[in-house]
Amino acid sequence: MGGFDFSVITNNWEYLAKGLRYTFQVTVFAMAGGIVLGTLLALMRLSSIKSLSLFAAGYVNLFRSVPLVQVILAFYLIIPIALSLVTGEMKPIGAENSAYFTFTIFEAAYYSEIMRAGIQSIPKGQVGAGYALGLTYGQVMRYVVLPQAFRNMLPILLTQTIILFQDISLVYAIGATDFFGAADKINQRDLRPVEMYTTVAAVYFIICFSLSRIVRQLQKKIAIIR
Amino acid sequence: MTYHWNWTFFFDVADDGERYFQWILSGLGWTVTVALCALVIALVLGSILGVIRTTPSKALVAIGDAYVELFRNIPLIVQLFLWYQVFPEILPKGAGDWVKQDLPDVIPAVFGLGWYTAARIAEQVKSGILSLPRGQTNAGLAMGLTLAQVYRYVLLPMAYRIILPTLTSESMNIFKNSSVTYAVGVLELYFQYKQIIEKTNQVLEITIVVTAIYFILAFSVNRIMAFIEKRVQVPGYITSGGK
Repeated sequence: MGGFDFSVITNNWEYLAKGLRYTFQVTVFAMAGGIVLGTLLALMRLSSIKSLSLFAAGYVNLFRSVPLVQVILAFYLIIPIALSLVTGEMKPIGAENSAYFTFTIFEAAYYSEIMRAGIQSIPKGQVGAGYALGLTYGQVMRYVVLPQAFRNMLPILLTQTIILFQDISLVYAIGATDFFGAADKINQRDLRPVEMYTTVAAVYFIICFSLSRIVRQLQKKIAIIR
Repeated sequence: MTYHWNWTFFFDVADDGERYFQWILSGLGWTVTVALCALVIALVLGSILGVIRTTPSKALVAIGDAYVELFRNIPLIVQLFLWYQVFPEILPKGAGDWVKQDLPDVIPAVFGLGWYTAARIAEQVKSGILSLPRGQTNAGLAMGLTLAQVYRYVLLPMAYRIILPTLTSESMNIFKNSSVTYAVGVLELYFQYKQIIEKTNQVLEITIVVTAIYFILAFSVNRIMAFIEKRVQVPGYITSGGK
């Protein structure tokens, strides 16, 4: 093998950085979309309308019991079929694009469970007080319950986002070029597994370790104020 | 364009002489094997790590913490590639070649998945032990038990019962995560799913079937754990036995 050759990394740094940027983009997009969709699902789950709560429960349980790699591949193949029903022609949407959609839909199930716990952590009396003041359901949620639920759950939402950030590496299944995919493709060409995979592992470790430290600090800060 | 449904293709003969439903069954067998073996490794190692992180020894705590941080902050697929592609390269040449050529692919996959999950279980075991009142340790020591006996007879029996719900979801996770081992050559259910799509193009049927199998697997694990939870329940202590 002949030692650790840093030039393999420096020569390909641009390609790796592009992959890492894609990983961040999907993470941020799926986090934002997932939290919005997840909050809606949580509200549906807790709603008194039976059909809505059944739908939300089914959605969450389905996505939480299926492996992410399978969902990534299935969506990648099924979205074009579904689109062709509307447009009438079969057009591939590309692995990179389909991942944005897949992760948003998939992560919404996990974010929704977190938001549900957050909403349930707010004392019922606050909701009653809101109604007594003449607020509508939407206003009670918007101004009373959700801001507190979101705040209480912020550390857990962020921890889930760190997991999401790591899970992006599974787009390997459809050959998209995320950070890990970039390293893997360079390795296929240059056959330098030690340099490529160790670098990926080290960068992932540094990012996730730092982020989880920040989340821990945040958790302490929130805990004191409450 | 319309999709051509064909539910009978599962009984068609594939190129290797077997029928497609037999591919699914063999994949399911590997998924269960990999997940259960990895679960055993994860439980044993995770318990050891969780316990040493609660001992008075600073060095042991540091080792346990370092392990958990390292294995939690690197994606599973990257860890599997490290064991599968990087590890044999840094071994002495003879040993490395043996790992690459003679060792079945499933071995590094099982250990990789087990070590990855051990970090999560270590975290749970630690929090289970820490959730017990400190007086229990002191009472045990005051009665003349050694520290090992305190863990064996006082702390761990209760700690495991407390963390059973989180162990349930970790056991469900390990079945789902076992699908990632396809990337290092294990012929488990997801691998067969991918292969059948490539051969037959019947995406929707096979997706429905495989999704249902994963769903049933997760549900069964959940029920088994709920059963265990009920069986080991200490009357009057933990009231939420089985969801």
